[in-house]
Amino acid sequence: MIEVAIDVILLAFMAVVALAVVRMHDLFAVAMLFAVFSLLSAGVFTVMDAADVAFTEAAVGAGVSTILMLATLTKTGREERHIRSAVRPVPLVVVFTTGALLIFGTSDLPRLGDAEAPVHTHVAPRYLEQSEEEIGIPNVVTSVLASYRGYDTLGETTVIFTAGVAVLALLGLRRRRRTARTEDDH
Amino acid sequence: MLHHIVLRVIAKFIIPVIMVFALYVQFHGDYSPGGGFQAGVIFSAALILYGLVFGLDNVMDVLPADLLKTLAAVGVLLYAGVGFETMLLGGNFLDYDLLAERATEGQHLGILLVELGVGITVASVMLLLYYAFVGREVDR
Amino acid sequence: MRFLQLYNYEIAIFLAMVGFYVVVSRGNLVKKVTGLFIFQTSVFVLYISMGVVLGGSVPILTEGAQRYSNPLPHVLILTAIVVGVATTAVALALIVRIKEAYGTVEEDEIHQQDQYF
Repeated sequence: MIEVAIDVILLAFMAVVALAVVRMHDLFAVAMLFAVFSLLSAGVFTVMDAADVAFTEAAVGAGVSTILMLATLTKTGREERHIRSAVRPVPLVVVFTTGALLIFGTSDLPRLGDAEAPVHTHVAPRYLEQSEEEIGIPNVVTSVLASYRGYDTLGETTVIFTAGVAVLALLGLRRRRRTARTEDDH
Repeated sequence: MLHHIVLRVIAKFIIPVIMVFALYVQFHGDYSPGGGFQAGVIFSAALILYGLVFGLDNVMDVLPADLLKTLAAVGVLLYAGVGFETMLLGGNFLDYDLLAERATEGQHLGILLVELGVGITVASVMLLLYYAFVGREVDR
Repeated sequence: MRFLQLYNYEIAIFLAMVGFYVVVSRGNLVKKVTGLFIFQTSVFVLYISMGVVLGGSVPILTEGAQRYSNPLPHVLILTAIVVGVATTAVALALIVRIKEAYGTVEEDEIHQQDQYF
């Protein structure tokens, strides 16, 4: 019961932060709200028993992504240009229609946490039961990630490498000045 | 720089702790939440902290960009290399059972090497992203 | 009454729609990237909500635990988070280059400058 309460409170905070991102014009504050949103989602993941995912979201979202966004803001400027009428009708209608369709589409999903749901009865029990004797490590998420679905993880590593190559091609690295480094203006 | 002295002292305490924690998360990923991705990001966070407090030139001395580019490629090649090794031993691609005498030991070794490759690539790419973004000159 | 049992999904859809609104209605490119990030994270919340099992524990095999949460959505979302940060980094790098080329990151000013070619 207490888990349900924590879950609802954290999700309500996330909704408030998301609405604040819409309204704010100071982009430095938006970057900070970005980090807060990511940390709250890490909390939600922990309450829903997803420890590895919470770890990764907290490190990546509230860590590296925020640093990159702040570094971008030093180059592009801190203020968003004010627009006269803050609420535009056409995007609002599109967003409401999409949201209503999605809520209608998810209305016949199984109840949250139902152990007999189809998603829990086909492949997952096989991994959970056979992982002990086939692989022998306690963390089932690591064994699925690195062994059962290892090929996908190879693709993911290649995607990270490609993103590094793409950013280096776009931005390049600073050439180190071989001359005097005594005056350091940092 | 005297007004940054609190930051410098605290950073000197904390950066080694963060690095050791990253190594713990990397190698303990079999028994507790963790693994290659988390460890790589935490390790790069330690070095980004060093770069934020002491300056970009200093952190580029510690880990030069050429070394990081090589390490990023080495991580991916380590992962693919484990896969090709199992093919050379007669099995399928990334079939870890063949890497040791017993199947579970082969799986342990395969997962260890693969997660190490992932951790090396993620750490070097995150640090390279930091170098590229912060090193870009502002000409206004 | 049915809706109260699916509140996680509904709040995740609400967050996704807020992110979608930020992308569609704001002209500043950095804010659009923030909206995309909100959308992405709320989709992750939706997926992880599907993997919860009531009375289950973290999917790490321990003595004495009967039920575990489904590990497959965790694996999928782990991959998705890291791919998400990679694409966000490339998007921010493009924004830095756009700023250097056009002098602005507001969308309509960029379109105005493009019309003169």
